[in-house]
Amino acid sequence: MTVGGPLTRLLLGSPGGLVLVVVTLAAAVLVPVLHLTQPPGSPFFVPTWLVSLLGKYLCYALLALAVDLIWGFCGILSLGHGAFFALGGYAMGMHLMRQVGDRGVYGHPVLPDFMVFLNWNELPWYWLGFDSFPFAMLMVLLVPGALAFVFGFLAFRSRVSGVYFSIISQAMTFALMLAFFRSDMGFGGNNGLTDFKELLGFDLQAVETRLGLFSASCVALALGYLVSRFIVTSRLGKVLVAVRDAESRTRFIGYRVEYYKLFVFVVSAMMAGVAGALYVPQVGIINPSEFAPAFSIEVVVWVAVGGRGTLYGAALGAGLVNYGKTYLTAAMPEVWLFALGALFILVTLFLPKGIVGTLGGMGDRFRRPAAERRAIALRAAEGQRAAE
Amino acid sequence: MRKVRFLLVLMAVLMVGGPLAVEVSPAAADEAPATAAIDIDALRSMVDDLVAGSFGDKMTAVRDLADSGDDRAIPVLEAFLNGALYTRATDGRVVIGERRGRGLLLRDALTLEELEVVPTTAVNRVAINNRLRGMVRTALGSLTLMSPNTERRRQAAHAVFRARSADAEPLLQEALAIETEPSVRRRMERALAAIHLVHGTETEQRVAALEVLGRVSDREVRTLVASVLIQDSDGNPVEADDAVRAAAADALASIDGRLALWGFAVNVFQGVSLGSVLLLAAFGLAITFGVMGVINMAHGEMVMLGAYTTFLVQQAFRMWAPDAFDYSLAVALPAAFLVAGAFGIAIERGIIRFLYGRPLETLLATWGLSLILQQLVRTVFGSSNVEVGNPSWMSGAVEIAGGFALTYNRIWIIVFSLMVFAMLLVVMRHTGFGLRMRAVTQNRQMAASMGIRTGRIDALTFGLGSGVAGLAGVALSQIDNVSPNLGQGYIIDSFMVVVFGGVGNLWGTFVGAFTLGIVNKFIEPYAGAVLAKILVLVAIILFIQKRPRGLFALRGRAVEN
Repeated sequence: MTVGGPLTRLLLGSPGGLVLVVVTLAAAVLVPVLHLTQPPGSPFFVPTWLVSLLGKYLCYALLALAVDLIWGFCGILSLGHGAFFALGGYAMGMHLMRQVGDRGVYGHPVLPDFMVFLNWNELPWYWLGFDSFPFAMLMVLLVPGALAFVFGFLAFRSRVSGVYFSIISQAMTFALMLAFFRSDMGFGGNNGLTDFKELLGFDLQAVETRLGLFSASCVALALGYLVSRFIVTSRLGKVLVAVRDAESRTRFIGYRVEYYKLFVFVVSAMMAGVAGALYVPQVGIINPSEFAPAFSIEVVVWVAVGGRGTLYGAALGAGLVNYGKTYLTAAMPEVWLFALGALFILVTLFLPKGIVGTLGGMGDRFRRPAAERRAIALRAAEGQRAAE
Repeated sequence: MRKVRFLLVLMAVLMVGGPLAVEVSPAAADEAPATAAIDIDALRSMVDDLVAGSFGDKMTAVRDLADSGDDRAIPVLEAFLNGALYTRATDGRVVIGERRGRGLLLRDALTLEELEVVPTTAVNRVAINNRLRGMVRTALGSLTLMSPNTERRRQAAHAVFRARSADAEPLLQEALAIETEPSVRRRMERALAAIHLVHGTETEQRVAALEVLGRVSDREVRTLVASVLIQDSDGNPVEADDAVRAAAADALASIDGRLALWGFAVNVFQGVSLGSVLLLAAFGLAITFGVMGVINMAHGEMVMLGAYTTFLVQQAFRMWAPDAFDYSLAVALPAAFLVAGAFGIAIERGIIRFLYGRPLETLLATWGLSLILQQLVRTVFGSSNVEVGNPSWMSGAVEIAGGFALTYNRIWIIVFSLMVFAMLLVVMRHTGFGLRMRAVTQNRQMAASMGIRTGRIDALTFGLGSGVAGLAGVALSQIDNVSPNLGQGYIIDSFMVVVFGGVGNLWGTFVGAFTLGIVNKFIEPYAGAVLAKILVLVAIILFIQKRPRGLFALRGRAVEN
């Protein structure tokens, strides 16, 4: 690998990542162009349902990327990342609710329908400001970021790590789910936020808006990848990997491990928040089930399938697993959970590096000189013995 | 050893505490023999008056029926009260109708012999008005207050208390004079006081009545006493008598004080009950996590398998030995232990042993397994609840004062969880297997060098943890719906117990489970069930700031990684 300028290192260091960036940016341009220029019968025509579906996958991919950033590079397995995704989604949903204005079923100029239904007279204080788009976008970043900061600060400071952290993060998203199910929380309870009308003046049902959101998701994924790649290739990234591999040793060397962890955890939560914010206008609803612990664990398996610690592999895994889900839940609904369960087991048992890691490993075997291969095998055997 | 002794004392207290309370059995006491004080033709003519006579005749008939003291009059009056008394259109015979699908099953009003099923158009309902209703209630009270059957007398006294009709007073006095059963006497005195309070005219009598009522801890009595203090819309008291109002205020304060005390006791009980459920669900997790550092996300499904095993065992009993249904749980317990334990060993040998040293991967693999097991059960048994019955000795409730009741199934589950706990303590401390298990927990390498086959211990430990989860499933099947999602409802709570209590020490699980259970139930009345749960979760996250490895943490270098 040639070490050039920062941009070269960012892009060329990981060929798969380069492909990801190129493909998403190309899709951001090509898909809308093809949709608008090709006639519906043409093989190059991209139907609207496919645009929406792909847009959803892109949001999932960004979420998977966020999980890979902390799990793959810092060893933090969060089983509550769906919470940050959902919080970003709710921030966006609140903005969209305010945009509905007096076009709701009850026609109230300010209050969303569900508040009128609950006989509320004025907006709760935490809804103020969400009529402004920039403020809402700020909240998309800040709310998940703040929660991650508080939660991460408490957890990392007291050195909660490993499975303990996983379980506590799962409890966090579970608690949030219970909270958001309550109607008097002011977030629509069970039904969540839905019946959106428009975003920035564009009708959400219009094809052009959907194409715009699709392109935005593509760009967000590419940017998310570049940010993550920037972090993991920086000096800070090296510390993160050190924390992942030997936390105590890193601490003894003198690094304040908890601050590194906290930084990357907050960045990851913000990325998840952005993914949620892009997801909500495309699917048209946000409700508390996004907080369900099961969803967060599913995200982890996307990353595991694609390849932990590869970034672009996580995005690939999200796409593949969700394609499988879309296909199976339509074709054989009762098989889906068997398939997902089997995927969890098989990937952890037989593909610990995921698809990308395994394929990459095969490629390496041909390139590496024999001596180096022997050294690796030796080290692996040692590690095995140590683990036993 | 001191801890074990404490446990025994606790169990003893629970066992003794039970019989102190008044027993209310759901099955009504045996039927009293009919007192044939009067021949059936006389009764029939009264019943005919009741049905066909003028309003005045009806009133007389009700009074006559009451005076007859004949048990056969009770169903007639009850049916009259509930609008189930009819005359047959064809011959005018007085009958009691009972819903059978779209039609009515007719019984003779006095002999209760079954006649026929007819459409509702073939009979005419005997009309009743509010005044008659009051009279009938009183009449029923008098027929039952003197019944030789204790349970019926107790119910009757309660009915009189509810009706508070002045007509019942002389009768009640009469009944009270001959009543010997203390619990029935108390109810009669309460009813009499209520009548005096409502219908009395002299201040002294009403104040005395309030004193009697003030000694009772019961919500209905509280409502009655509080009604004395009601104010009208202008803020003026409805009750004119100052002395009565003052006495009512005193009585209310005394009732409220005692109700609060009972409410507290009931909160503790419910907390202990929730704690015992959490304890059962968390044992297995604590054992496997403590010994192997493995988080078994499929643990909830082991609980579910235990519950479904109970269902299957009960189905077998229903089919082949319905008379022995009460013993079904005795068979279900070992069966559930074996089924869940076998699954546990299979999981350990088939999946987990390949993932040692990679706890996060184990977590994911077992989660996948839990999805598969849930879907498997859903495919085989359907996604709706299956019916698991309570044996007779577990149904019903003990009523303690104040209208609070403790259900038998909850009491048994508390006892059961303590027994399982004691059993596990014995296994851990006094068996060779327990010794080896503890050795592996504390230092795996050292244990291995001492010749302990750690792989075997792992498999057995996992089997034990899963088997205990199966036992928890049997217990949960008695108080919760048995569906494929049964385990999911408990898994996060049991994790919290383990995180809070710490691993590698059963006492941590014990203290953790009961603390969480009781705290939860004490927050619930103020914050609601959902918010209580959220607050507890937040509290745990804050708690691990102080004790990152739980209340009872293992110490030493081996723990760090």
